[in-house]
Order: sequence, then structure tokens, then C-alpha cells
Amino acid sequence: MTTVDRPVLQKKDFKTDQDVRWCPGCGDYAILNAVQGAFAKLGKQLHETVVISGIGCSSRFPYYMETFGFHTIHGRAPAIATGVKVSNPELDVWVVTGDGDAMSIGGNHFIHAMRRNVGLKILMFNNRIYGLTKGQFSPTSEAGKITKSSPLGSVDYPFSPIALTLGAGGTFIARGVDILGPHLEDLVCQASGHKGTALIEIYQNCNIFNDGAYKGFTDKDVRDDRILYLQHGQPLLFGANKDKGIAFDAGFRPFLVSGADLGKAFVWDETSDTPAPAMALATMSEAEFPVPIGVFRRRDKPNFESRVQAQVAAAKEKKQESLKDLLYAGEIWDVG
Amino acid sequence: MDQATSSATAHKGVQELDQVVIRFAGDSGDGMQLTGDQFTRTTALMGNDIATFPDFPAEIRAPAGTLPGVSAFQLRFSSFDIHTPGDAPDVLVAMNPAALKVHIKELKKDGILLLNTGSFGALDLKKAKYDADPRSDGSLDGWRVIEVDLEARTKEALANSPLDARAKGRCKNMYALGILYWMFHRDMEPTMKAIAKKFAKKPDIVDANLTAMKAGHAYAETTEVFQTAYEVAPAPMRAGTYRNIMGNQALCLGLVAASKKAGLQIFLGSYPITPASDILHQLSGYKHHGVITFQAEDEIAAVASAIGASYAGCLGVTSTSGPGLALKAEALGLAVMAELPLVVLNVQRAGPSTGMPTKTQQADLLQAMYGRNGESPCVVLAASTPSDAFETAFEAVRIAVTHMVPVVVLSDGYVANGSEPWLLPDVDALPAIDVKFAPEGKPDEKFLPYQRNPKTLARPWAKPGTKGLQHRIGGLEKQDVTGNISYDPANHQHMIDTRAAKVAKVADDLPPLQPIGAMTGDVLVIGWGSTRGAITAATLRLQKAGHAISCVFLRHLNPLPNDLLALMRGFSKVALPELNCGQLAMMLRARYLVDVQSISQVNGQPFKSQELEDRLLAVLKDTKGEAKQ
Ligand code: SF4
Repeated sequence: MTTVDRPVLQKKDFKTDQDVRWCPGCGDYAILNAVQGAFAKLGKQLHETVVISGIGCSSRFPYYMETFGFHTIHGRAPAIATGVKVSNPELDVWVVTGDGDAMSIGGNHFIHAMRRNVGLKILMFNNRIYGLTKGQFSPTSEAGKITKSSPLGSVDYPFSPIALTLGAGGTFIARGVDILGPHLEDLVCQASGHKGTALIEIYQNCNIFNDGAYKGFTDKDVRDDRILYLQHGQPLLFGANKDKGIAFDAGFRPFLVSGADLGKAFVWDETSDTPAPAMALATMSEAEFPVPIGVFRRRDKPNFESRVQAQVAAAKEKKQESLKDLLYAGEIWDVG
Repeated sequence: MDQATSSATAHKGVQELDQVVIRFAGDSGDGMQLTGDQFTRTTALMGNDIATFPDFPAEIRAPAGTLPGVSAFQLRFSSFDIHTPGDAPDVLVAMNPAALKVHIKELKKDGILLLNTGSFGALDLKKAKYDADPRSDGSLDGWRVIEVDLEARTKEALANSPLDARAKGRCKNMYALGILYWMFHRDMEPTMKAIAKKFAKKPDIVDANLTAMKAGHAYAETTEVFQTAYEVAPAPMRAGTYRNIMGNQALCLGLVAASKKAGLQIFLGSYPITPASDILHQLSGYKHHGVITFQAEDEIAAVASAIGASYAGCLGVTSTSGPGLALKAEALGLAVMAELPLVVLNVQRAGPSTGMPTKTQQADLLQAMYGRNGESPCVVLAASTPSDAFETAFEAVRIAVTHMVPVVVLSDGYVANGSEPWLLPDVDALPAIDVKFAPEGKPDEKFLPYQRNPKTLARPWAKPGTKGLQHRIGGLEKQDVTGNISYDPANHQHMIDTRAAKVAKVADDLPPLQPIGAMTGDVLVIGWGSTRGAITAATLRLQKAGHAISCVFLRHLNPLPNDLLALMRGFSKVALPELNCGQLAMMLRARYLVDVQSISQVNGQPFKSQELEDRLLAVLKDTKGEAKQ
């Protein structure tokens, strides 16, 4: 309902007058579109929303959102956003970052935001490459990747951002794909409702420096067999006819099931009290298994800012002290 | 108290003194800081002027009884106005051979050495690297040595205490304190109260400590070893209410006072670091004043979160020491670019690198001024004494929020941990700090985040959550007024000039400089930060000796006061003592083309006022020499 105070905004209302300056064909456009669509759907207000980014192609995002925006420095967006959210928990604070910004230079802030469960929504665009600096390998690039800084192939091993976030105690962890717009839009809506830190890792195609990184499972003709949609309360099934599934052995190793064994497919519980199934899915081989997208984990846990504010409120309740009493405390004495 | 002491000294002589310097030295575990602190509080309550200087060993506790493990606390109290904790002590309390070895060289000739002979076994001597017992080889000749077996005396006094032998032994510092209280006519009452409060939940410990102190007092009163007690009359202090304060404490109180006067909530983002951690501890205890403290994952997150807090409308503060300031450099640049208020408290310590974390130095000035990429001007202030730290913190907040700039406050280990009586301010007379957040925007009118106040050049403080103010800011260069990204050469030049001019304009509101001494003369001594006490003391003595010397102290290092150049021109020579290799001297020479003479010392210790006096005298002589030529 539109009221004077809370007008219903359209997707276009979230667009700014700035020209969008990503390379033509970049996956970032689709993500921007999905986020603006979700924000309109959620009835967000421009002045209540803050988008904070670090450095990288993705971090240009705030300039294209007609909300409050702060384009900060490399890797530090979660730390700055923590200061914003704790200072004013009413604000709807979004962090936009990339695999270099969040996983490399800003890895420390990322894991500690997760650990504290600050009410930030983090959109991490993972294109498995450094785009802004023109094409060096990133912490999510596959081993052996040939780039300008690794002409003989990178000898670094990549890690899984989802697994890292699980390890850091993340309470809402999801994965989407740039070109699967409606699915991504739905994830953004779900993340928005989460009270603690929410991460959406978004597979994003960088058509300039790492084109086709996700082609192997996102192309239309292979998608059905190569993508596993995680659905809460449903068995882990994939394929056009949902005739293949994933089950776990006693050691939480995943294996494929089909035919008569299809009933053994694991029933997905994103709220599970153990991160083990989510960890197994996050770390299973992309070559042997379909790629899971959707919500890996969702747990309710009081968030950081409310705990901080509660302590301040309780302390104020318990002790009222004037400035004079504060200064004139301890042993004082008079002269003259 | 008077009754107790007058009877105590009935059969012994009392000597009037106008000042005394006492140094307590012992192992880190001997409670020297606590002992010194108690003597200080008592003495302050008794109306003397007092200045203290704790000298900590490195943070990690060295093995007991060794030279690196020695911890000391020096205090000076007087019947007149003093400015430093003194150079050489009149009284040295040495709890073990290591403490003796480290500190005896500085004890004044004829000074009193109170020696704990309970720790003079062969092993103790070996740990202190003594080949022979210094008590018997004549090396202590020239001092008045008083030997007391504090271990044995304390255990005797605590014969009836239920504590174990180790815990009893730990009370020996209180026995020593009792002796000193008798020697210097101190009232035991305040310490009794403090100990009772500190160990409220452990009555046996309270009993033992108090018993030990009283026993020490009685021992000094009755034995022949102590012939004389000393009396130091109260100092004439300005009328008012006082409390004893340390620099870190005063910074915190200044911030809270300013936040109340500005109507802002403090957000402190901090990562523990010596010697600044006490700021984090102290402010964490002020939640009832609305203070939010955030122990960040690192120095960068600490400043970043504070920037976020300022962006959201809080008073963002971060506290650190030199190595931490280095890590914060990039984020400080962001605050410069985003033109947000921010207060950075940098408690300097001896560097480079990890350096000597518990020792003092003033070598972060150039880092605070220039230690960022690009042309990135910040306001830089310095706190010069523990009580001055209150006003400096208050001033930092005023400047940060009225000019929308980051302000770096330089303190140092000496100000942070030193203490002095603080004449408490009249709370109602503290000036209000006028903060205006940008009001709600009008529909269909674009908010202009860089439209400036014509007087200060400050941009509006636009809190997220305020209708109609949506805008985008960041570290990229932006067009003035609109805040849109801009790579235009003329605009970049304009913004560089504007950010510099904004900082320069801070100087327009500063009060005139007030030198100690005449406005003209032979030598002007310029000081900043913790050298103030030593410079004041040395200058006053030289003035008394008839020299045309004045001194002035700068709280504002960037921008420098507008009247500084004219003041310097009134003197033939300008001298600048600082605990670095001449950083402010270099800045002044570069800025004003004045031949400022650097008086440098970088040994981790504050200036001794006597040494400084000698070095200033050399400058004075030089002036005379030149005049004759
Ligand atoms: S470099 Fe890659 S990620 Fe960056 S804008 Fe271009 S296509 Fe997108």
C-alpha cells in the first residue's frame, strides 16, 4: 500500500542518473537488475537503505543504486558497514564485494563479520578473476590458471567461499548465478529478511578476462544436469526429470544415486544444526557433481548490533551519572 | 593523621623539605606500580603538587629477579608548582639486586637508598649479574643506605595471617610503603580505604596488606635506623576541586564530555596495542554514557568501523599507537576524501617497527602529517600533560565535527601513564559544540553532498535514514558540490586545494599563543606534547638566572597557529626540543624559513630538565656569541 510515508517504489526508482560503466555483456548488469527488482518487491525505501562496497568492478554498484551509497577502500567494506549497522541498526545495510575484495585483501573483515553475525547482507560477485586490475588470478581461480600474473599457470589452490563462510559461523549462506535472474532475485529477498549476516555468493561471468567460467554448468543445454537447486525440505534431486540425486555416506562423502536408489537422496534441511551436509556440498568436486545453488544454511541467532545496543541500554538503565559525576569521581579534594 | 605522626616523630628529628623525588624499583611482580600509585594518591590528597612517571619493563614478564624484569615508578612531590617528575631521585627503594643495579646510578649523591636485604642471596646477585655483593664492596659508598630485610619483617608481621608464605611475601611492598609513609609524614588512611575497596571480596588479603603497612610504619618509628622524618608542606594550588589523572583517562573523559556537549554518541573502534589499550578499557566502562566500543579484528577494521559510525551519524573514534597508525593510513585517506569527522588517538611509543612499546617517543608526527598516499591533510593536535589531554580530546571533537575532517591526536607513553593533580573543569562552562545534521531533502531537489559551508568549507553531515538525502560518496575523486565521480583536471586541482584550505581554516578560530615569558627576547623555545614539563622547568630556571628566554607550547600542529611566525620573529633564535630526530623543527623550517634549532633526544626516555637546561644554555650562549660578532 502506498502511503505518503512509505510510497511503493518501482524497480526504476532504484536506478540513478549515472551511466552504468561495466563492460558490455558483463554479468554485473543482470545482478544489478535482480537486486533492483528485489528491492522494489520488498517495498524498500531509498533513504533507509545503504549500499557499501570496497574496490573492484562489482564495487561500482553503489553508484547505480538510488539509495545511500559508500564506495570505500579495498576489502574494508564489511568493517565500515559494521560501524554503520551498529551505530544505527534501523538502517538496511548491504555490502557489495567481489572474490578479490572479500576473499583476498578483505578476508579478515569478511570472516569476522560472519563470526559476529552483524546484520549485513553481503553480495559477493565471484568471477574467479581480478577484473578491475585487468586479469590476474584470484583466490577462487582454479589451480593452473593462466593469467597475466601466472603465465605458466597459477600454483595457488582456490578455496570455496561457501565453505569458508560455514567455517566462520555464517548464519545465512546462499549461492546464485547472474544469469538465473528470478532465482537470484528470490535469494536477495530471502537474505533481506535474515536478521544476522547474510552471504550470497553470486557466480558472475567476466566476459573480458574469464569468459565462460561457469559455462560448463550454466549453459542452457547442460543446466538441468549440471545444476542442483537446493530446496528446503526437498530431496537433493537434479536432471530434467529429477531422476538423479545426491546422498551421503556415513563419512558425509557425497555420492550420486538414481533409479531404485533415488529414495536415498538426502532431504535438504537448510536450518540443520550441523554444518556438515552444507560443507559436503560446498566442497564437492565441480567436475564429478552438479553445482549446488540456493540456500546452504540458515540459522537464527541474535545479531551483533542488537547485543551491543542491549548492553548499552542495560548499562544506561542501571546507572545514571551526570557528566559532572563522571568527572568528579574517585578521590577528589578541594583547594582554597 | 596528625596525631599519629606527631607522636611517631616525638623523639626523632623532622626536617622541612620543599620537594622530594622518590623512585620505587623492584621486580615486575613486586607491585611497584601499585605502591607508587598509593603514595601518589595520598600525597595528592595531602595538597602537594605531584608528578609521576612509571617506567615499565617490556610487556612480556621477564624471569623474576633479572635486569629486564625491573619495573619502576618515580614520583616527585613538592610545596610549589612543579612540571616534571624530576630527574634524579632523592630516595631509591630497591626491592632486589636487579633493581639496585638498574637504578642506583641515578640516585642523587647523599641520597637515601632503602634496600631490601631479604633478596640478596647468591642466586639473586647472580641473576642481577653482580660478581660481588655491592653492599660489602664499597660500591654503595656516598649514599645513605638503609638495609631492611623486608621479606623477614613482613613475614614476622603476618605471623597470624592465614595466607600462605608466598601470599605473605607479596605484602612486602606494603611494608616498604609503611616505612615511607612514616619517613614523609603521609597519612595511611587513604591507602587503607583503597586497599579495602580493591580487595573487598578477599578480607584476608586486605588484613595482610594493612597489617604489613602498619608494621612498616611502626618499624620506622621505633628502630634506630630511621633518625629523621621529612615534611613537605602543601603546595599553593589554584583554588578548586582536584583529582589525580593519567593521560589515557583524561583523553577518554574529554571525549565523553565533548560527546555530551555535541549531543553525539561515541563509537570507538579499537584494536588492543600498548600503550593505548587503556583507552579501549576505559571507554568500554562508559556504556552508561551511551558509548559504544567495538574491539575490532585489526587496526584497519578499527578505523574503518569508526568511519562507518561517523557516516551513520555517531562520533567515530579510534585509538592506537604508531604501528597501528601505519595500518590505518589508507582508511584515514578515505575519511579525508569522504570528508567525515573522525578522531584518531595515537599514543606514541618508541619505534621504528615494534620498537620499545613501553617506552616513550614523539616520532609519529610526520606520520600523522604526511603518512598517507596523495595529498591527504588531516588536523593534528598534541596533548602535553595528563590534564591537558582532557582539553585536547575535547578540542579534537570540536574540530572534527564542525569542520568535517579527521583529527589525529598525538599523545605518548609519558602523558598516557604519567599522572598529576587535575583542576576539574566547571562542567557547565564547557563550550557547547554545535552539530547540525543536514535536514530532510525537498522532493524533486537533488541533495548536494559537497555543497560547502562558506566559512569553514565543511560539507553537510548527511545521516543515512534521512529522507531525500540519498547520495553516493567514496574514495574516488569527486566533483565539488554534486559529489559525482570526476576525473576532470581542473576539478581535481580545485578539490586538492579545497581540502587543504578546509584544514587551514581551522587556524582561524584558535586563541592567541601565550608564551611563558616575554613576547621578544634571545631564545624562544617551542614545545609540543609531553616535553612541556621539562621545557617549562628548564625555561623558568633560565629566566630566573636572568636570560631572555621564553617558551611556548603548540597544541595545534596542523594547522599551525596563525600567530606563530610573528612570535618566532621576536627572538634571535628558536629552539625546539622534541623526542624524535627533529620532525617539528623540520616542518617549521620548511614552512617559515626560520632557522629553528632542533634539540633532539630519541632514547625512549623523557628529557631530563637539567640536561635540557644545559642544552638551552648552549643555544643562549650561541646567541650572545653571534651578537658580539
Ligand atoms: S572486467 Fe569483467 S567483471 Fe569487470 S566490468 Fe568488465 S566484464 Fe565485468
